Amino acid sequence: MDVLLPRTLEEALEMKAAKPEALPIAGGTDVMVELNFDLHRPEALIDICRLPELREWKRENGMIFLGAGVTYGRIMRELSELTPLTQASRTVGSPQIRNRGTVGGNLGTGSPAGDALPVLAAYDAEIELASANRARSVRWNEFHVGVKKTALEPDELILGARWRAVRGPGSFSKIGTRNAMVISVAGLCLVMDDDARAVRVALGSVGPTVLRASEAETFVAEELTRSGNWDDPGADLPVDAMGAFAERVAAAARPIDDVRGTAAYRRHACAVLARRALGWALAARREGVGRP
Amino acid sequence: MTRIEVTVNGVRRDAEVEPRQLLVYFLRETVGLTGTNVGCDTSSCGACTVLLDGESVKSCTLLAVQSDGREVTTIEGMASDGEFHPLQEAFHRNHGLQCGYCTPGMIMAAASFLHENPTPTEEQVREALEGNLCRCTGYQNIVKSILDAAGQMSGVKA
Ligand SMILES: Cc1cc2nc3c(=O)[nH]c(=O)nc-3n(C[C@H](O)[C@H](O)[C@H](O)COP(=O)(O)OP(=O)(O)OC[C@H]3O[C@@H](n4cnc5c(N)ncnc54)[C@H](O)[C@@H]3O)c2cc1C
Ligand code: FES
Ligand code: FES
Repeated sequence: MDVLLPRTLEEALEMKAAKPEALPIAGGTDVMVELNFDLHRPEALIDICRLPELREWKRENGMIFLGAGVTYGRIMRELSELTPLTQASRTVGSPQIRNRGTVGGNLGTGSPAGDALPVLAAYDAEIELASANRARSVRWNEFHVGVKKTALEPDELILGARWRAVRGPGSFSKIGTRNAMVISVAGLCLVMDDDARAVRVALGSVGPTVLRASEAETFVAEELTRSGNWDDPGADLPVDAMGAFAERVAAAARPIDDVRGTAAYRRHACAVLARRALGWALAARREGVGRP
Repeated sequence: MTRIEVTVNGVRRDAEVEPRQLLVYFLRETVGLTGTNVGCDTSSCGACTVLLDGESVKSCTLLAVQSDGREVTTIEGMASDGEFHPLQEAFHRNHGLQCGYCTPGMIMAAASFLHENPTPTEEQVREALEGNLCRCTGYQNIVKSILDAAGQMSGVKA
């Protein structure tokens, strides 16, 4: 097995064009476990963990760009104002995994249990891809086309994700079998967008890919409008609205039974996470968090 | 073979490595530093924790070539001038080990953590050790050792 060691993105894309079978390795927290287990014997690896172009994040024109090579550790230190993304990062593995693991790797692996993925879905992110001779971007739901299946072409690399910065509270939470180093049984990201007067809810680990709970989103946005909460965060939602929202979120899940949990348990978990996430967001709005 | 240049415990090494070689075997077999242990080889146990440019990583799932141009610190790099590092002292004083297999990894994980958070609470220490398993101690004395070391290092009495 060869390991290619490009120093710049340009060099990396040329190497990938010449050798499309070379498997990119960023933090290696997914790739190396597979290699050590001998589940996979790639002919070549292409180490992209030092490409400066992938290691940057920036804000420009109201958009946020997160390079594929930014680690969870750096997100927690440098992007803590992006609450849901930071909360999701905090739940990935352990400090050692977070010091290596990247959002690009989470996208590349494409497990429905990838904890960064519901956050990108709730932000409605575009995934930016490049090969030696073209660049394109695809929406998050066009990037993952099935369990661990992506729209990535063999000569392409993931550059990063880009989304419009939102004003408003949000959270990521997950349920697992223990508190540390755990793969999600169900995960949920809720983002409130005060300017668009919209709520976006994404679910992880409860379908072949990350899912959005669109009906629940519309329902709760309308309830917030009807109760006047968008203009007056002190206004209460009708008593049964929380439960009705949670039910709609659970209905959006398409879970299966597996070693980590049953479909019924996962659906229940989605409802619990949904109710909590909405409660936190409403409380944060009342306290003026996430407002200028 | 690939040529790499890596600084291990302050000493620059130029070496030819197999591209497939894991950092932990480079350290143990090529450099001869056997303090870093392998417990699982799948990123689960933390026994192989070392510092890469000061941050804790699991050397069982890192290729030696990925450390090219970087600085690696292992347990052997903790003592200086024949003096134990305060973490080593504290593990000794508080019986922070029994068989000792997890200890190098625990100390390296703790070193990285205390650099980020020099005055942690017990809760934070426990969280920081989520990637390190110990089958002997029940963690109590490990946590105690790290809190003690934090006190010594930040000059506050623990
Ligand atoms: C002990 C342990 C605990 C874990 N816990 C969690 C957890 O709680 N939650 C979670 O979501 N994940 C978890 N993981 C999985 C893993 O850490 C994450 O998926 C991480 O985001 C992978 O990032 P990486 O940079 O290490 O990816 P790598 O292993 O380097 O790559 C993963 C895949 O993505 C591809 N890839 C990476 N970057 C690019 C790019 N720029 N362009 C094209 N393809 C690319 C690679 O070719 C590979 O197929 C855990 C792993 C371990 C070992
Ligand atoms: S040997 Fe590396 S984590 Fe267990
Ligand atoms: S002291 Fe034996 S494994 Fe921790």
